[in-house]
Amino acid sequence: MNNRFIMGIYKREVKKEHVNALVRKIKENISQPLRIMEICGGQTHALLKYGIQELLGDKITMIHGPGCPVCVTPQNIIDKAFDLSLEKNIIMTTFGDMARVPGSKGSLLYAKSFGADIRILYSPLDIFQIASENNDKEIVFFSIGFETTAPIHALAIKYAFDNDIQNVSFLTSLVTVPAALKYLLSDRDAEIDGILGAGHVCAVSGYEDYEKLAEEFKVPISITGFEPEELLLGILNCVNLIVKGEHCVINSYPEVVVRKGNEKAIGLINEVFDVFDNNWRGLGVIPKSGLIINKKYEHYNSALRFKISDKDVIINVDCRAGEIMRGKLQPNECSLFGRLCNPDNPQGASMVSSEGACAAYYLYSRNIVNLIGNRKDVLF
Amino acid sequence: MINMDCPLEEKNFETIQLAHGGGGRMSQKLIERLFYPEFSNPYLNQQHDGAVIPIVEGEIAYTTDSYVVNPIFFNGGDIGDLAINGTVNDLTCCGAVPKFLTSAFIIEEGFAVSDLKRIVASMQKAAQKAEVCIVTGDTKVVDKGKCDKIFINTSGIGIIPKGIKIHPSMIKKGDAVIITGAIAEHGITILSERGNINFESDLKSDTASLNKMIQYLLKEIPQVHLMRDPTRGGISSTLNEIAEAASLKILLEEEAIPVKESVLAACDLLGLDPLYVANEGVMSIFLPKNKTERALEILHYFEEGKNASLIGYVLDSNCVPQVIVRNKFGTMRVVEMLSGEQLPRIC
Repeated sequence: MNNRFIMGIYKREVKKEHVNALVRKIKENISQPLRIMEICGGQTHALLKYGIQELLGDKITMIHGPGCPVCVTPQNIIDKAFDLSLEKNIIMTTFGDMARVPGSKGSLLYAKSFGADIRILYSPLDIFQIASENNDKEIVFFSIGFETTAPIHALAIKYAFDNDIQNVSFLTSLVTVPAALKYLLSDRDAEIDGILGAGHVCAVSGYEDYEKLAEEFKVPISITGFEPEELLLGILNCVNLIVKGEHCVINSYPEVVVRKGNEKAIGLINEVFDVFDNNWRGLGVIPKSGLIINKKYEHYNSALRFKISDKDVIINVDCRAGEIMRGKLQPNECSLFGRLCNPDNPQGASMVSSEGACAAYYLYSRNIVNLIGNRKDVLF
Repeated sequence: MINMDCPLEEKNFETIQLAHGGGGRMSQKLIERLFYPEFSNPYLNQQHDGAVIPIVEGEIAYTTDSYVVNPIFFNGGDIGDLAINGTVNDLTCCGAVPKFLTSAFIIEEGFAVSDLKRIVASMQKAAQKAEVCIVTGDTKVVDKGKCDKIFINTSGIGIIPKGIKIHPSMIKKGDAVIITGAIAEHGITILSERGNINFESDLKSDTASLNKMIQYLLKEIPQVHLMRDPTRGGISSTLNEIAEAASLKILLEEEAIPVKESVLAACDLLGLDPLYVANEGVMSIFLPKNKTERALEILHYFEEGKNASLIGYVLDSNCVPQVIVRNKFGTMRVVEMLSGEQLPRIC
């Protein structure tokens, strides 16, 4: 979002005619029902906010992938952050929505009520100001995210290393999209006809890895943005590839994404992190799906610097977040949805953050059926 | 008679000391030199333990609110005018003409006296504009670190004119919903200043007292059914509150809701929905549909109401409460009460 804003292509005006034309073309091109998965939580959020599923009609079912970094952060790491934040001498910092996601003991905001010093930052680089003002304290950044935020974490870690700043460290749970996508597509029952790649992730990583996946699993991937007409253009391109039976990647977001990605950012990620088998909340361990601070920079790994206990967390067995994030179930098909499980009392990964599929459903489309029927005459 | 005063020259403190709230000589001096001259009015000047005010006929509205905003000074206002405007607007929501306010301060030891002066001056300016008197008050000072700079509580009394009945139960099916100004400006200003984010834009709190404008409106359209100022939680939380109180289904047209371009851009950057962001100078008004045009004409006459817009209607009453927003593509979504604090998303 930052980049888009600075680049001055922020636009409020979404042309209604443009959107209608795209919807018409998509409908014209479909002959049989299709299942398309969007990866990114931001896209899930936008699809529901703008009612795009409703516009598309019955022939396309949008299924929602695991692309909310906050949602997939495992509870045992949140518990580690929780415990660490309550140690004396620690200032725990993180992004806004991570602070309210509960582990098994509660969220960081809950820890704050026990006296933990929790600070919400907009960038990991902001910890250096806090570190210089608090020489006698240890500043920990709880680093979570996909390829979109990994470079800025890498930059912060490298900056601390290069400038020998001792009182900062990073508790990381960073994940990468292609490995998760491979995991989802490897499931033979997945029934995914096409995929929308997350534009902002690909702005960093490029889409060469996606080309291999499209080829291997015979599924088209359309790299897509986040505004209504960008989403619809991405869906249209994806539908066209499915109809033609082509298994390749199409860049539907060329104003932001190039094939090779941002090579400087990729270089930073490679400099600071190693790839490892990461645990995803709701999905379990996925091979080569995470980024961990490498040997050279390990001094800045909070998990190594501090002794924190690591306990497995028992999850609610009725919660079906895993199936939802694999695209096998829609959120409102879960028996807990809206009853036992809601944003104030989330039971599983995809309800914990507003970008999770369950939370987005709860927020935007709960009871939307029969809302006002056909009474569109009422207004204006 | 022996002069018991200390012969040493009196010290002018630059910071607030614990003794300024201790009830002794220093408290007295703070009140006499800082509060009385600024807030001066016949009721306060009686210098009683409490204010003695005349009984009025009919009904009064009575409200209280505490102000703990951080930062205390922000673009467009400060904790002082916020404390006056907020309580004035709460009284206004009841259909009352605000008259008398109290003001109680809890101040952190070490707070700059110059900042206190600035806040008190801004309170008085806001009180004058709203034509209310601050008639009594209190000051406490707590140890450094025991409160965040300064907290202010104001309570207020207003008189409800005859023939005015403002209550959720008055809302009827088909009522129009008007918002008196562009939304989300206060919340987004505070969030951006708190996060030290420089948007290089015109973000400014909308804090303002709306009583003059609303009194004018009520004079001409006494049939207004309900008013509520959508402060914390934004218009979506406020409208949900109203929907629940009166079992209503409310439909809003997203395109009709006024939001400044810079506010939208900042919300987009921080990942916030302007419908959930706090306001301090707008009012949501429910009134009979046939009064909409005249109401908007009146509101547009005032600076605070120049962006007033019709944003929706009450679709149904005696039903499952729900607030629905329809976007320009014709699709709909439900908006809820804000869950937890509104925090920025990361991507």
